[in-house]
Amino acid sequence: MQAKVILKRPESLTDKEFTYCPGCLHGVAHRLVAEVLDELNLRRKTIMVAPVGCSVFAYEFFNVDGTVAPHGRATAVATGIKRAMGPEKTVFTYQGDGDLAAIGTAETIHTANRGEKVTTIFINNAIYGMTGGQMAPTTLEGMKTTTSPYGRNVDDAGYPIHVCELLQNLKGVAYLERVSLLDPRGIVNAKKALKKAFTAQEKGLGYSLVEMISTCPTNWGLSPVESLKWAKDKMLPEFPLGVFVDRVGDVK
Amino acid sequence: MAKKAFIEIDSERCKGCGLCIQACPQKIIEFSAEFNTKGYHPATPNDPNEKCPGCGFCYNNCPDTCIKVYRMVNE
Amino acid sequence: MAEKTMMKGTEAMGEAAIRCGARLYFGYPITPQSELPEYMSRRLPQVDGNFLQAESEVAAVNMIYGAACTGTRVFTSTSSPGFSLMMEGVSYIAGAELPAVFINVVRGGPGLGDIQPAQSDYFQATKGGGHGDYHLIVLSPSTLQEAVEHIELAFDLSDKYRTPALILADGMLGQMMEPVELPEFKDLESLPKHDSWSLTGMGNREKHIVTSFDINADVLEQMNIRFQKTYREIERNETRCEEFMMDDAQYAVVAYGTMGRIMKTVVKMARDEGIKLGLIRPITVWPFPYDTISDAAEKVEFMMTVEMSVGQMWEDVRLAVGKKIPTPFYGRTGGVVPTPVEIFEALKKQMEVK
Repeated sequence: MQAKVILKRPESLTDKEFTYCPGCLHGVAHRLVAEVLDELNLRRKTIMVAPVGCSVFAYEFFNVDGTVAPHGRATAVATGIKRAMGPEKTVFTYQGDGDLAAIGTAETIHTANRGEKVTTIFINNAIYGMTGGQMAPTTLEGMKTTTSPYGRNVDDAGYPIHVCELLQNLKGVAYLERVSLLDPRGIVNAKKALKKAFTAQEKGLGYSLVEMISTCPTNWGLSPVESLKWAKDKMLPEFPLGVFVDRVGDVK
Repeated sequence: MAKKAFIEIDSERCKGCGLCIQACPQKIIEFSAEFNTKGYHPATPNDPNEKCPGCGFCYNNCPDTCIKVYRMVNE
Repeated sequence: MAEKTMMKGTEAMGEAAIRCGARLYFGYPITPQSELPEYMSRRLPQVDGNFLQAESEVAAVNMIYGAACTGTRVFTSTSSPGFSLMMEGVSYIAGAELPAVFINVVRGGPGLGDIQPAQSDYFQATKGGGHGDYHLIVLSPSTLQEAVEHIELAFDLSDKYRTPALILADGMLGQMMEPVELPEFKDLESLPKHDSWSLTGMGNREKHIVTSFDINADVLEQMNIRFQKTYREIERNETRCEEFMMDDAQYAVVAYGTMGRIMKTVVKMARDEGIKLGLIRPITVWPFPYDTISDAAEKVEFMMTVEMSVGQMWEDVRLAVGKKIPTPFYGRTGGVVPTPVEIFEALKKQMEVK
């Protein structure tokens, strides 16, 4: 009998240790994206665009050509890259809820509307992590953050934005799904969604986005394990999981 | 019953988040009593009865790619 | 064959860019340069290029950033309020050492302003409108022919020094029509390759990262020091200035762009009346020809700056001249274009001041 490695760090990740907080699911999301890049053999033709946020260093962690965009503009930068390079290259953006749904709202909507053949990984943890826990567009009603210390008041600040619901009627969108990283089954499903999203790009079908319900133990003031439970109890009812647009069909 | 699988955890890379421990269905991962150089108690496998089936739940939940999963195979 | 034709300024610059090998344009309509994106939308598909009207100037500058990351020739155009929106992107492009060409067809400001020509964006262009220690190479054409030549120069300098370049035009230049000789179409294969750093997908090489970011302050300082070395090199090699009838000049005027062209008429008017007037016309306003102006200050009685603003380049003239001679100013702003006659009157009044 011999020991055979069946699971280890994917090739599309560098060896650099992640700078994320203990238990932050960015690391899981990164690994899933990297596994998909490996399995679809995309690594050597991929260019990534990191956001401004906790994952501002993402280009250090992925073993692909990469850059970082001004806050909110990653999909515009991706548009420039993809249109310069053409369909042979794979371009993805990786963005948080502030980057994608606050300052980047216009770019998000228009990149999706134009059906740019790029893929967005959208990490939704209902808070601004890097800057210390301020309210995000996806912060829940009543949720306390450093800029909503009395709890988000929807009469004043509006309701949490549902990005998938917002984008689903744009004809340029080829694949759109909301997934969770909160348990093993969610993680397995999230990887399937990423595979379909990148396949949408490879087949030139249009824009693809996977929204990943994630946690922020540090700014939620919870342990990593407690954060998973809180997210399941509070975020999943607000942000229902599911496929919103699928023009890809079956993918192995 | 022969050993089916086992895991290795990079204790220096581990941040002691505990997600692998709560994910493991066999409950064969625990926090080490030792500290790593970052100051965390890293996760460590404790599987005296060789219960690990190589399910990969720990690997899937680990946010820092600390874990390698091995299966025993006939070569 | 170089082609001579009658064209509008905005369109001439667009056509020149295509002939210089640009096959990508991302921009947004704004008066007085909307004809440029319109022209590009017609021409680029004809040369297998890619045109996109972005959702805003903010989006446009970021698309420029993305395309520039791949080492591909790319440019955009806008007018003053639009260029303000692009400032963050410009800073990022400079900080990431990316080649890219910008055209600002300046209009009256500040704020919404109006749509007539102005030169009130000089500070924004040369002292940095975006944040951080950076400079744009800034070219200021005074005729459409010069604008066409500056497009080629902007692309070449931008590629050579890996830093963005700006054509500081104005509404007059953008909207006027005059004969221009367009350059030959460049062979795309002859364009500079940026294989050592560009993002094109790894293929068989190690990965490249393009960024303007380093969390380590000492490293960021070293990056800035390196940029400054490049800027000093650009100052040494690329400063351009025209001296018009300065050889025997008793008085001098300093003006750039459209104002430089108008001042040539004023110089001729003065000479017709026996006044020995000369013009110094900076062609690069960054790097600024401080030495030329400082040397000229040794020979003339006063040096009058004339701008379509309340006096922005005037500060650089005063910096160059110091206290050697008087440095008066004449200008109109808010989109008003001064006439040669009114400038000549102001000049003669200045001559009476002793």
